[in-house]
Amino acid sequence: MNTDVSVTSQASVAELNGPRWSAVGNVITIAKRELTGYFTSPVAYVFIVIFLLLLGFFTFMVGRFFQRNEASLFAFFMWHPWLYLFLVPAVGMRLWSEERRLHTIELLLTMPVTAWQAILGKFLASWAFLAIGLFLTFPMVITVAYLGDPDMGAVFCGYLGSLLTAGAYLSISSMTSALTRNQVVSFIISVVICLFLILAGWPPVTDMLVQWAPTWLVDLIASFSVWPHFETFQRGLIDSRDLIYFILVMVFSLFTTGVIIRSHRAG
Amino acid sequence: MIKVENLVKAFGPKLAVNGVSFTVERGEVLGFLGPNGAGKSTTMRMITGFIPPTSGRITIGGFDVVENPITAKRLIGYLPENAPAYTDMTVMGFLRFAAELRGLRGASRDKAVERAMELCFLESVRHQSIDTLSKGFRHRTCFAQSIIHDPDVLILDEPTDGLDPNQKHEVRSLIRRMGEKKAIVFSTHILEEVDAACTRAIIIDRGRIVANGTPQELRQRSEMAGAVTMRVKGPTTTELRDRLQSLSTVRKTLFVKEDGSAVCARVVPSPTALDGQLEESLFDLVLREKWRLLELRTEEGRLDEVFRSITIPDTAPSKKE
Repeated sequence: MNTDVSVTSQASVAELNGPRWSAVGNVITIAKRELTGYFTSPVAYVFIVIFLLLLGFFTFMVGRFFQRNEASLFAFFMWHPWLYLFLVPAVGMRLWSEERRLHTIELLLTMPVTAWQAILGKFLASWAFLAIGLFLTFPMVITVAYLGDPDMGAVFCGYLGSLLTAGAYLSISSMTSALTRNQVVSFIISVVICLFLILAGWPPVTDMLVQWAPTWLVDLIASFSVWPHFETFQRGLIDSRDLIYFILVMVFSLFTTGVIIRSHRAG
Repeated sequence: MIKVENLVKAFGPKLAVNGVSFTVERGEVLGFLGPNGAGKSTTMRMITGFIPPTSGRITIGGFDVVENPITAKRLIGYLPENAPAYTDMTVMGFLRFAAELRGLRGASRDKAVERAMELCFLESVRHQSIDTLSKGFRHRTCFAQSIIHDPDVLILDEPTDGLDPNQKHEVRSLIRRMGEKKAIVFSTHILEEVDAACTRAIIIDRGRIVANGTPQELRQRSEMAGAVTMRVKGPTTTELRDRLQSLSTVRKTLFVKEDGSAVCARVVPSPTALDGQLEESLFDLVLREKWRLLELRTEEGRLDEVFRSITIPDTAPSKKE
């Protein structure tokens, strides 16, 4: 046995770099592992193929992209919140339930990392994965740019809004995934919550509510919805209120994830 | 290095751990014994900071696990029960991940991974995915993870569970060697392991410590400790029984039975008998009667007997997380 090859005192490494560096390092290490995990299993490829196929189907067949005769990606982006409704929980459902099922959560949380670093690292990894899927829709942008002269600023805003919506859904999936070690249960609960977030502000639903509910109540319910915030981005506007909305949803959900994980450990 | 004071953990109304206190210094290997559901794993999970104690205090190298978790966790290597691992990773990838979370980067990370793989005999499977490994390899992979940063404190929950006898032997000798420089706590329900690897053992039952001492000390709590077994040729069983009962050094005759052409008996010394006095009087008896002595053996006492006599068999299904 060669214990003399003792590792060059890791305490001094941590001291040299300071706690802030090691926190960022931990988040990156956890995120890297999680992201590699997606691509070593078929999940990633199945997800990306289905995501792109469905987007194409809705954009061209249902959204009648060509018949619109517009140099805009509205027909493309308007389907994103609906597609994410099922696809994002499918990506997020394994985040914590898998850790609990395999008992690796015991390994992860007894490492010198905080629960927040682990939550953030795992969330960022799956968000980055969704961003990769979204990035692969770039042929749409090329098509529109080739056929017409779209407002590239608006296209960028559309992508930003789409990515933020995905992030909001994902943070909710992270929360429901921490609730149970059963991935199916986690999936269904997060679909229901995300569905509420869409429908609460979706024009057909709000129009119906207006007929019997007071306006302030309709506005209150609608203010929970992703829809109006998503739409602002689609109009090519970046409003700080919309940014704050998405950030708040993510912070709240991830914070709740932490509370749930803590309560499990407390027994 | 490890100091546990009055540790209590309640799951609802049930006390899984109830007032456990002990210390482990560097150079000590503490065996943690107890029936299933006695609170071994729960205690270990609290020491490693996975679950918070209901009350009580744990310090690792002077750092409180609850108040200063990150610093305390840095000093600990932990092998959880059933050796969990990320099954989609390769052995190498998994160990690198563990090393990075331990703050090791670049060359020092690779060196630590190589060293841990060598110590745990994992070189042959380094690029294999963990879900394709046999149980023994998977177990050692998780064990390698716990020693990757050469920690001062090692907490091992059933480190030899699911290994074959050769692997068990390897792991035990590894624990014993590492125990010279570290403070190690490991749980087991295999009693021979306590003799093979521990400097001290604690028996825990229903959340309480019921015995604490060296394996030698624990054995002496056995009724068998100090009993003498003899095998002689000559007398009949009734003859031998009568003679033995007439000796003042004998408190009780445990059994007398025929053993082939000889007779075998086991006696417990009377409390007044000095060390060796019983053996002497038995030898004299054999000489006087002109029997032939085939065997005369002093029993050391057996750990499993101690274990059975001080723990209550738990036949009711216990809830385990």
